Amino acid sequence: MLSPAETEALLLSLRVAAVAVAAALPFAFATALLLARARFPGKLLLDAIIHLPLVLPPVALGFLLLAVLGTRAGLGAFLADHFGIRLVFRWTGAALASAILTFPFQVRAIRLVLEARGQGLNAAAASLGAGPWDRLFSITLPLAGPGILAGAITAFAASLGEFGAIITFVSSIPGETRTLPLAIYSALQQPGGEAEAMRLAGLSILLALFFMALAQGVSRRWAR
Amino acid sequence: MTLSVRLRHRQGDFSLDVAFETAGGITALFGPSGAGKSSIVAAVAGLLKPDEGRIVLGDRVLTDTEDRIFVAPHQRRAGLVFQEARLFPHLRVKANLLYGWRRAPEPASQDEIDRLVALLGLEDLLKRYPHNLSGGEKARVALGRALLAGPEILALDEPLASLDVARRAEILPYLERLRDISQVPMLYVSHAIDEVARLANHVVLLEKGRVMGQGSAANCLVGREGLGAVIDATVIGPREDGLTELGFDNGRLAVTAKAAPGTRVRLRIGADDILIARVQPKEISANNLLRVTVAQIVITEDVCDVVLSAGPTPIFARITAASARRLALAPGLPVFAVIKSVTVAT
Repeated sequence: MLSPAETEALLLSLRVAAVAVAAALPFAFATALLLARARFPGKLLLDAIIHLPLVLPPVALGFLLLAVLGTRAGLGAFLADHFGIRLVFRWTGAALASAILTFPFQVRAIRLVLEARGQGLNAAAASLGAGPWDRLFSITLPLAGPGILAGAITAFAASLGEFGAIITFVSSIPGETRTLPLAIYSALQQPGGEAEAMRLAGLSILLALFFMALAQGVSRRWAR
Repeated sequence: MTLSVRLRHRQGDFSLDVAFETAGGITALFGPSGAGKSSIVAAVAGLLKPDEGRIVLGDRVLTDTEDRIFVAPHQRRAGLVFQEARLFPHLRVKANLLYGWRRAPEPASQDEIDRLVALLGLEDLLKRYPHNLSGGEKARVALGRALLAGPEILALDEPLASLDVARRAEILPYLERLRDISQVPMLYVSHAIDEVARLANHVVLLEKGRVMGQGSAANCLVGREGLGAVIDATVIGPREDGLTELGFDNGRLAVTAKAAPGTRVRLRIGADDILIARVQPKEISANNLLRVTVAQIVITEDVCDVVLSAGPTPIFARITAASARRLALAPGLPVFAVIKSVTVAT
């Protein structure tokens, strides 16, 4: 049903989204914990910065990434020279862009569940002899589980749709950075590519529907 | 194990300035809400760092602001039971109970666990999740969980306040049994005088962040909120008429409750259930008559508060001012206290 190139785009999309979500998750958890439990100056600012990707034009983010991590840019050159890490024109770069763009979804979902559950349970666990790390793993993480799962699924689904930041930062290279949305776009650039674009668009809708329903199901199952 | 607490703390408009010591049994922190009871418990548990103060449990200094000592909450071994139970929702009752046990320096043996589970009546709940428990069941699990952590002190912060009267009545006997068999001293925070009168060995009266008085339950509580007397008595045995005879340090009483000779019981008598007679009444339905002395009378308009003393035991009666004048009550006068009804708790 799908051509090899289309299958390639689908699998690449899934891989980019999975890596983006997995890599961002620990940071998202830490940030959500900070926002839900800690009081510190600049909390509002941090909150705003984290939500920035929701309103920032993705192209602007892609450009910023290019400016910072491009091979001739300071940080990009440093990473390439000393660690052999190159992100530009690589699928890992696409994953980085996706991770940043979908970060707010993860933080929000985890923060919500941390604010709703577990207030006071930390004090109870401490009085029962559990130290800070012990409490993190025995109480906070398990309680945040539903939020982590719901956030990860939402972020994954959103990641499948990223376009602007990816095409600006890592271009559209078949098999390397050409994810589903980019494949739709390049199909439309070719004469007679509408049928392919339509198939890929349909596939995107199916994927989005599936993952959003999954996220809903997860949060409903745990809402009690 | 003694607990000595000295605290000064300011939080917004509220200032706490208290000092007290306890030794064994149940020490009640009694007072209206806003008295600072929960802040004291939080400071003992290490959840509140006081501006100034020193808290010593046995020979361990837990908090000393002068010497900059502040033992982390999880190293204090101060078991806490909160009003809302605070069970871990993702763990079954059994895992909740064993949470502190797994982290205890000297964990209880399986035998001791079984005994506590039986004592608190938790056998049938072990496989359930907290959201499937009633309020009273949650309170019992929270109590068991705190005890299995092997605490050196147990602090109960209004553990019954969120329960209705029936559930309270269900928990109180467990608390009494624990008080009588457990070596762990308890701090019991409450604003309910009936609970405190029933449980406490020692009472610290708190109001607006200050200690207003402390001492035995009888000395601190009698005269408050219509409480006429708190008497610790021992069961002597059954009488011929079917009542049970009790002895206390200044006399004997008869009650309908049955208990084995030698059992220690605590009696509570309402101030409205005490009548005063100048001469010994005969042919009267009340079963109990105590020879007492008028210690103090306070007349405010139509009401007369009379403090009677039966040896060291204070008894408080409230009568009308007219009755007090008719009987010509005055301090030092020997009278009879006629007791209409006695509430017994073993």
